[in-house]
Amino acid sequence: MTTTAESGVHQRLADLAERQIAAGEVRGAPAADPVNLPMIRHWAAAMGDANPVYTDEEFAAGSAHGAIVAPPAMIQVWTMAGLDGGDTVGPVAVMLAALDESGFTGVVATNCEQTYHRYLRLGERPVAATRMSGLSGPKTTALGVGYFVTWVVTWYSDDEPVAEMMFRVLKFRPVERNPEPAKHDPYPLAPAVNRDTAFFWEGARQGELRIQKCGDCGEPRHPPGPVCPTCRSLNRTYTLAAGVGEVYSYVVHHNPPVPGREIPFVVAVIALPEGVRIVGNIVECAAEKVGIGMPVRVVYREMDDELILPMWIPRES
Amino acid sequence: MRTPTEQETRAGAALPELRIELTPTTVVSTALATMDFTPVHHDVEKATAQGSKDIFLNILTTMGLVERYVTDWAGPDALVRGINVRLGVPAYAGDALILGGRVAGREGDEVTVEVRGTVSLGDHVTGTVRLLLPR
Repeated sequence: MTTTAESGVHQRLADLAERQIAAGEVRGAPAADPVNLPMIRHWAAAMGDANPVYTDEEFAAGSAHGAIVAPPAMIQVWTMAGLDGGDTVGPVAVMLAALDESGFTGVVATNCEQTYHRYLRLGERPVAATRMSGLSGPKTTALGVGYFVTWVVTWYSDDEPVAEMMFRVLKFRPVERNPEPAKHDPYPLAPAVNRDTAFFWEGARQGELRIQKCGDCGEPRHPPGPVCPTCRSLNRTYTLAAGVGEVYSYVVHHNPPVPGREIPFVVAVIALPEGVRIVGNIVECAAEKVGIGMPVRVVYREMDDELILPMWIPRES
Repeated sequence: MRTPTEQETRAGAALPELRIELTPTTVVSTALATMDFTPVHHDVEKATAQGSKDIFLNILTTMGLVERYVTDWAGPDALVRGINVRLGVPAYAGDALILGGRVAGREGDEVTVEVRGTVSLGDHVTGTVRLLLPR
């Protein structure tokens, strides 16, 4: 979706690009060091390039070059800014800075095309001249929305062009990573948990619907309590319910507002095949669609960082 | 270094594969030899802080390695006329760069070699190198 603010940003960038392109070729300072054997030797050693025309005077003398030459791919090395930092005022630098300011802070190079008119010899001092040639976008990429910026560098030795480079980068707005889950505000209607009921809530946290049953006669009961209403035993245990049931009865709560809840909401009594009834909310179902006998199944909802409540959603019967 | 035979430079001929172990020393020494002092090419902490897995090869080195790969094959008398590449996934320290290539076309003495450099994440560089072979 393009918002007014976005199209304003785009217009500003497009206008700036037009001005930078119109500025044409801007020459930088000559190479800090002339083409020299020590830098070539370090480069060739680091690259593992054993080509003798770069380092072996005798071999080079007998070659088509007639003398030591620099590796063509070193062309950019001669005019690198080094530790002094880079260009900040050239047409491309200004464009890239504007993209940074507009939030397109990511950068990845996509294309590099170099043409070598001839090999450089020791002692030459190339000058790089840069012109911006294009801005395209915004485009949606795997990295995020961004703009492609293209520029051309021509290296001159005295006034003779010796090499050219077309270079393209994608400046993109990094896709935001999923933030850490925000701490929920505590749910205001937390149940009172006591020694009789703790097993039930612990079950809900583990995705289990635990139904209390008598440790002696095996009769299930809900809600949990200390004494078996059938045999009066104090021994209790629990069984795991299948998590399905039918609506036995329900109300739709419209008013008054309840903290932590959106109205209207449905409070139902669900009859379980295990032989007990349980109170819970019906969710993911419009209130007017709820009816007696409606088949439902349990879901577990995270209400805050501590509490998980079993709730009920419609199921195919 | 040797000059390849006529047979070896026909369209379709394959270049021998070259595997380059990208040790931290490789990444750092090539970055410095190309005068690139951007921290992501030598400072692990800064590289990881910006979301990278480790320090990684700079582009000037990728160009240099592609050139070296092709001239290793073409011999010292070949002249490199141009390198045209698309850049792909980063080549991180600890990985290996495997360069492969084949002769895509030949017109007289001018040969175009297709090059592909892969790392464990996929294509790091793909493109062509134009060369003038000695007669």
